[in-house]
Amino acid sequence: MTDHLLAIGTRKGLFLARSRDAARWEPTDLLHPMNAVYAVAVDDRVDPPRLLVAATSEHWGPTVLVSDDLGATWQEPDRAVLAFPADAGASVERIWQLCPSPAEPGLVWAGTQPSALWRSDDGGASFELVRALWDHPHREHWGAGFGGQAIHTILPHPTDPQRIVVAMSTGGVYRSDDGGASWEPANRGVSAYFLPDPQPEYGQCVHKVARDSSDPERLYLQNHHGVYRSDDGATSWLSIADGLPVDFGFGVASSPVRGDEAFTAPVVADGKRVPPDETCRVYRTTDAGRSWLPLDKGLPQEPYFGIVLRDALTTARISDDATGVYFGTRTGDVFASPDDGESWTTVAEHLPDVLCVRAAVFG
Amino acid sequence: MTAQPPGAAPVNATVRVRLPGALRAHADGKPCMDLPVDGPVPLAALLDELDRRAPALARKIRDEQGRLRRYVNVYVDGVDVREHGEPAAAPVRPGAEVLVLPSVAGG
Repeated sequence: MTDHLLAIGTRKGLFLARSRDAARWEPTDLLHPMNAVYAVAVDDRVDPPRLLVAATSEHWGPTVLVSDDLGATWQEPDRAVLAFPADAGASVERIWQLCPSPAEPGLVWAGTQPSALWRSDDGGASFELVRALWDHPHREHWGAGFGGQAIHTILPHPTDPQRIVVAMSTGGVYRSDDGGASWEPANRGVSAYFLPDPQPEYGQCVHKVARDSSDPERLYLQNHHGVYRSDDGATSWLSIADGLPVDFGFGVASSPVRGDEAFTAPVVADGKRVPPDETCRVYRTTDAGRSWLPLDKGLPQEPYFGIVLRDALTTARISDDATGVYFGTRTGDVFASPDDGESWTTVAEHLPDVLCVRAAVFG
Repeated sequence: MTAQPPGAAPVNATVRVRLPGALRAHADGKPCMDLPVDGPVPLAALLDELDRRAPALARKIRDEQGRLRRYVNVYVDGVDVREHGEPAAAPVRPGAEVLVLPSVAGG
């Protein structure tokens, strides 16, 4: 029997939903209340799998909670898991991303606000600041999007531990080919229409990037207006927005099963942040962005206003030929598809606004 | 503890830190902690002592740079330490009571 786990991070805490068939879901009660959960990771490189949850209390600050029994019990170290050294002069405001590295056992990356990358070599028990990116001369010019200045995307290469791509709002995509020792911007072709120079070297407001599962050089990028693809490991980007109703949105996710397959959840525009046509839909490409198909079977058919935030759209491998797709909205609804978005079921309704979802399939 | 001159009143060489309910789990469930002090100390030194005894508690009151968290209020004998300009330097005398409260914020 296959077990499906969906971690749902909301502005007011964490929910875990479980399913045996990916159709009927049972959410837990609210976990870690009064904490905004911006990032969750399921580290299935270890047995049992480890849940890592980035929780931020507006009063008591950020922390990382760990569970080695899929949420039955939680551990929180006494000392801060992520803490800037004194000479950095900064404090971790929020943890936006937790990312186990596929190529290196034990390695977990974290991205924070303010924009910083962190490395853990002990499975997330403690993190060290990646100084080369923190000390990058561009950093003083990175801006803050409405959500804050944060590294929200971390994409380790699936086989080469020297190569890693990160993205931030507002600063854009940066890439390292030497394990994080040096970094260069990687935004050629990505628009920053809100700047005097709309094609700067860096400064783009990149919302999310996903890596293709069959071609690691292929990346998909949802920009602050603009949807792009790179076929050369982020060296250059080309628009793949044609075929979408609009080019704004926050999330993008790729299928872990099929190459060339990716998903977005469009939003009308910067100035009108509701779903296109007031409909609850996800769009899928199966040809690397050359065409897009709307998917809404089983989703609400009445007017819908909840948008999908950058980490609230995700995928998981269900089988060799089935991609699980999952998303949550700012109106607190969560949906899951066991078949690459062909059909959808409701996981939960009326939760607090959903900040992130992460799925895992066991068995 | 500092040496006392002959005839001087004994110094109560502890400071009582009163905790809100949300933080008591980090103090064995107790509503307060008594911290030893060696005479008058700045708030930063008191919180350093708290950090040595209960780091999970201390880091919820101030961040890794020693700054009070934005929505945490600390009162020494009823006075908001932010009234001292630099909260870390707010004086705490032996026998004082330090009250930690979450500010009324959020939605």
